[in-house]
Amino acid sequence: MSASSKGQNRVVVYPDWCKGCGICIAFCPKHVLAAGPDGKARVVAEDACVNCGFCEPHCPDFAIVVTPRAANGRNGRANGNGAPAAGQDAPESPEQPQQPAPKEPDKEEHP
Amino acid sequence: MAEVTQLIHQYLRHNKKFPLVFCPGCGHGIVLGSLVRGVHALGLDKDDVVVVAGIGCSGRIAAYVDFNTVHATHGRALTIATGIKMANPELTVIAVMGDGDAFSIGGNHLIHAARRNIGVTALVLNNFIYGMTGGQCSSTTPEGAYSHTSPMGQLEAAFDIVELTRAAGAAGVSRGTVFHVKALDGLVADALTRPGFNLVEALTPCFTQYGRGNGFKNAVEMFKWLKERAVPLEAYEKLEDKSGRIPIGTFVRRDVPGLEARYAAMREKLREMKGGAA
Repeated sequence: MSASSKGQNRVVVYPDWCKGCGICIAFCPKHVLAAGPDGKARVVAEDACVNCGFCEPHCPDFAIVVTPRAANGRNGRANGNGAPAAGQDAPESPEQPQQPAPKEPDKEEHP
Repeated sequence: MAEVTQLIHQYLRHNKKFPLVFCPGCGHGIVLGSLVRGVHALGLDKDDVVVVAGIGCSGRIAAYVDFNTVHATHGRALTIATGIKMANPELTVIAVMGDGDAFSIGGNHLIHAARRNIGVTALVLNNFIYGMTGGQCSSTTPEGAYSHTSPMGQLEAAFDIVELTRAAGAAGVSRGTVFHVKALDGLVADALTRPGFNLVEALTPCFTQYGRGNGFKNAVEMFKWLKERAVPLEAYEKLEDKSGRIPIGTFVRRDVPGLEARYAAMREKLREMKGGAA
């Protein structure tokens, strides 16, 4: 989690769990998130994310996951069923080579 | 930071109804996260942790976490937690209560739990109002604040939870806010490791019932309000104008053995006396 991790993070908002309270949008220092048409948070500038660590513990609904792209391509869930989107992650994710990569991780549902 | 959310999922009961029942912008989910991180920091087994919750919005927290949980009657979370701790002192017992639960309906239980220093961690989620029942003023509603039962502003003064618990003799008293969540994590983890009765007051905004009537446009404004008003205790003491500011941090930290430890010592002493006599 170095301070210079800009552009190396993947931000995922789970729309099924997000209630659109806007806390993450209001306090994100790099304006990575914005409200979508349904009022829920969506990622608009993922490359600007510096992994400051605000949004994840402040999300009351556990709907945001920020993962360093290079260190571990998966989007950081305990059961591991979130695989990296093709071409976005570093090749080293040997844990789950057979897992198909979802095209839109935003559409995933929580377990 | 991905481990934050990942960690919480290890402790949730996923067969419950998700997303959480709390209103958008409610801070209870953040406190739930702090509770999970506090327990995880101790490296405790899930089966060695008991969460007792009372009635109210905060009572729902017990349903979501995969520990031993009790959803107690209104105001009686601490009594049940006391019984559990006395029966099995090995367990880590956490009582999750709202402000009404802890200080109005269960007020007497709270001061006596603090007086006898039962080794329970009390997590009081203070949202200044009775949220679940429709926005009636509670004993912590600030003076002058609007609620459905104080439409012209609350006439009564509010309880200072920290001062009350300190006066009752608790071993540890601290206050955090859901905006300062890393500090809150530390306070919860610290309270869980300390002996005796430890209370953590978490200020959490209730936009639906409290914020809308008191000039907040949205939940984010309530978080900004917390950010502006809450001051660390050391800085608060140096402030010249303390009006409207809320000190946060650890207020009381006493090394008092818990009631269960004193009870075990007494039992041991009686055994020795009996053994000597026989």
